Amino acid sequence: MTNPVKGKKVMEKINQTDYPLRKKFTEYFTKHAERLGRYDIPKVAKMRRDAMETFQKTGFPQKSMERWRNTDLKNIYASDLKIFDRETPYKKQLSEIFLCEVKGFDTHVLSVLNGSFYSPEEEKLTIDGSGVIVGSLSKAMQEYPELVGKYYGEIMQQTDGFKSLNMAMTTDGVFIYVPDNIEVEKTIQIINILNDPNLIINVRNLVILGKNAKLRLLHCDDSVNHHAGFINKVNEVFIDDNAELELYKLQNLNDETALLNQTAVHQSAGSRLKVNVFSLNGGMIRNEIFDLMNGQGAWSDVRGLYLMDQKQHVDNQVNIYHNVPHCDSNQLFKGILDNEATAVFNGYINVKRDAQQTNAFQRNSNILLTKTSRVDTMPHLEIYADDVKCSHGASVGQLDNEALFYLEQRGIPFADARMLLMYAFADAVINEITIDALRISIEDMVKRRLRGDLSICDRCVLHCSNPDQPVIFDIDMSKI
Amino acid sequence: MLLNIKNLHVSIDGKEIIKGLNFSVNKGEVHAIMGPNGTGKSTLAAAITGRAGYEITQGEIIYKGQVINDWSPDKRANEGVFLSFQYPIEIPGVSMTNFMRTAVNAKREYLSQSPISAKEFLKKMEEKKKLVQIQSKLTNRSVNEGFSGGEKKKNEIFQMAMLEPELAILDETDSGLDIDALRVVANGVNQLKSSENAFIVITHYQRLLDYIVPDFVHVMYNGRIVKSGGKKLAVELEEKGYEWIKEQFDD
Repeated sequence: MTNPVKGKKVMEKINQTDYPLRKKFTEYFTKHAERLGRYDIPKVAKMRRDAMETFQKTGFPQKSMERWRNTDLKNIYASDLKIFDRETPYKKQLSEIFLCEVKGFDTHVLSVLNGSFYSPEEEKLTIDGSGVIVGSLSKAMQEYPELVGKYYGEIMQQTDGFKSLNMAMTTDGVFIYVPDNIEVEKTIQIINILNDPNLIINVRNLVILGKNAKLRLLHCDDSVNHHAGFINKVNEVFIDDNAELELYKLQNLNDETALLNQTAVHQSAGSRLKVNVFSLNGGMIRNEIFDLMNGQGAWSDVRGLYLMDQKQHVDNQVNIYHNVPHCDSNQLFKGILDNEATAVFNGYINVKRDAQQTNAFQRNSNILLTKTSRVDTMPHLEIYADDVKCSHGASVGQLDNEALFYLEQRGIPFADARMLLMYAFADAVINEITIDALRISIEDMVKRRLRGDLSICDRCVLHCSNPDQPVIFDIDMSKI
Repeated sequence: MLLNIKNLHVSIDGKEIIKGLNFSVNKGEVHAIMGPNGTGKSTLAAAITGRAGYEITQGEIIYKGQVINDWSPDKRANEGVFLSFQYPIEIPGVSMTNFMRTAVNAKREYLSQSPISAKEFLKKMEEKKKLVQIQSKLTNRSVNEGFSGGEKKKNEIFQMAMLEPELAILDETDSGLDIDALRVVANGVNQLKSSENAFIVITHYQRLLDYIVPDFVHVMYNGRIVKSGGKKLAVELEEKGYEWIKEQFDD
């Protein structure tokens, strides 16, 4: 190691890169404390103050931190980001800037524009006949203070500065509550949009599933322009006994946008969680998932597919906590990297001492198409119980030349053979989508992405600017 | 003449493996190429099918009257050249059905024909599966994934039947086959044989040639064809081994 004195100096210098942005937030917080806490229930108001104090101490995460070793945000800290500050509600019709349609896929759409829940009718909460509540989190805090107060801030721990900052600065997001024994038929879709240049937003979503409840949630992060921006998002999810959540995350952002998507899930006994993360484009995407298996018999399957090129960067941090016995978890992340793209996978499994009869599996596979692309993959298992089945595996490789020749020898042109192999590689994640219309749509997007035809569109990626554009090489994945 | 190879020299990483090979095949013929290990039999197959890394430094491969030295592998395939691989490749995630449909349609596109209809394709699959007694469950799986050695080889012949080549090269198709599977494979080949196509059978042993009867037998040694004859040559080789060839032709 280097001289410790010298090392310390370097550290201080690095830490200063986030200083202007830190200062901006600290000043904003002091100046606009009242506005930020306008709808706070007492508990949240206190959490907000405490979080700001913590943030002032910790600042933003730095490369010197183990969990941030391979994702360097110093350029983002140094860029001139504005804190979103709009007193008056957005007057424009959202459909003028953004439309999201999937053929044959009827969803209940909730939009978050620049960090605030967007509702054209000014009606910010809806309750249907079965008692399902959806809408603005700040509105929910006013109308259901006890319900929100019970879960808010309880699931996501403030393990770094971003989470503290989010707690201190957030004012809105989406709230979903599904009562006991209710299966929500229609998929709920959250669309998160940044519409002003150089914004940094702190948005927070809270999802609560009662006992035996069932919900499918599609969470889209999209760019609608080429402006730079930073999204610091925290999602808290509570899944009660035997409830079931399918969560799809779809990320298609421009190369200037950074997305930090932090999701913490509490799983009660017998609950089921399925997560599929599709990162198709984005300057910097970091997905953090904290799955807290707190009830016996909980089950989770967390999958991801990332397709990055140019100088894009994706970082998946999956943390599974087996806190009680008899839980099963599975992680599968696959990625294809082109040009100078970089990826990080950090898969953490923690099996507590009493969590016997645990099954926990993890796998990360990568294809590097160029010598200049790079992936850092790190399995990290901490097992304190002795009667468990755990495994992990990681691979980094190129497209298989033997397989390429095999396909070519059967008459399939090189470019198509390459596509077919890449698509086959991605299929293990795509195939897990249980909603047919969504799977077909994502299949199509992945094909376009692999061909280089998909970029961020003027409208929603799910209905890309040229929906009628023929797919030249169409692999029919339906089992005929 | 379907295939005419003139003074072929092939190198891998600068090392010459085939050293001036002459060989021709007419439609309706079955040629067996035999010889000890490491004499360039598989290299010849790779050169004919256009595999990357096999550099033709001299000579010509003439197929259906055209020099194909520079043709891409898929063009050669779509013009009717088929290789039954010695070690068929497993391709996880690509189902046999999709693989075959993509291959069949690639050829049709090459020939400016419209894609095959689903119904027509299924019918063809069913028909060709019977030819090599391949089970339906195999075609629902990923290409060669988890197939036994025998199933992989049967699958090669099944693909051959689907793609209807004019020139089929069987590279050690008999290796790893038990006698029953060998019969099935040979029987499949014999049914596909016609006056419009030709076969090159690469093998170490005469065993396969009891079932796929060759019109010509060639012995390859040290990058050349050193001896040619009728099917009796194969029997002679089986009895005497390759030592006498080595003694005769060692430089």
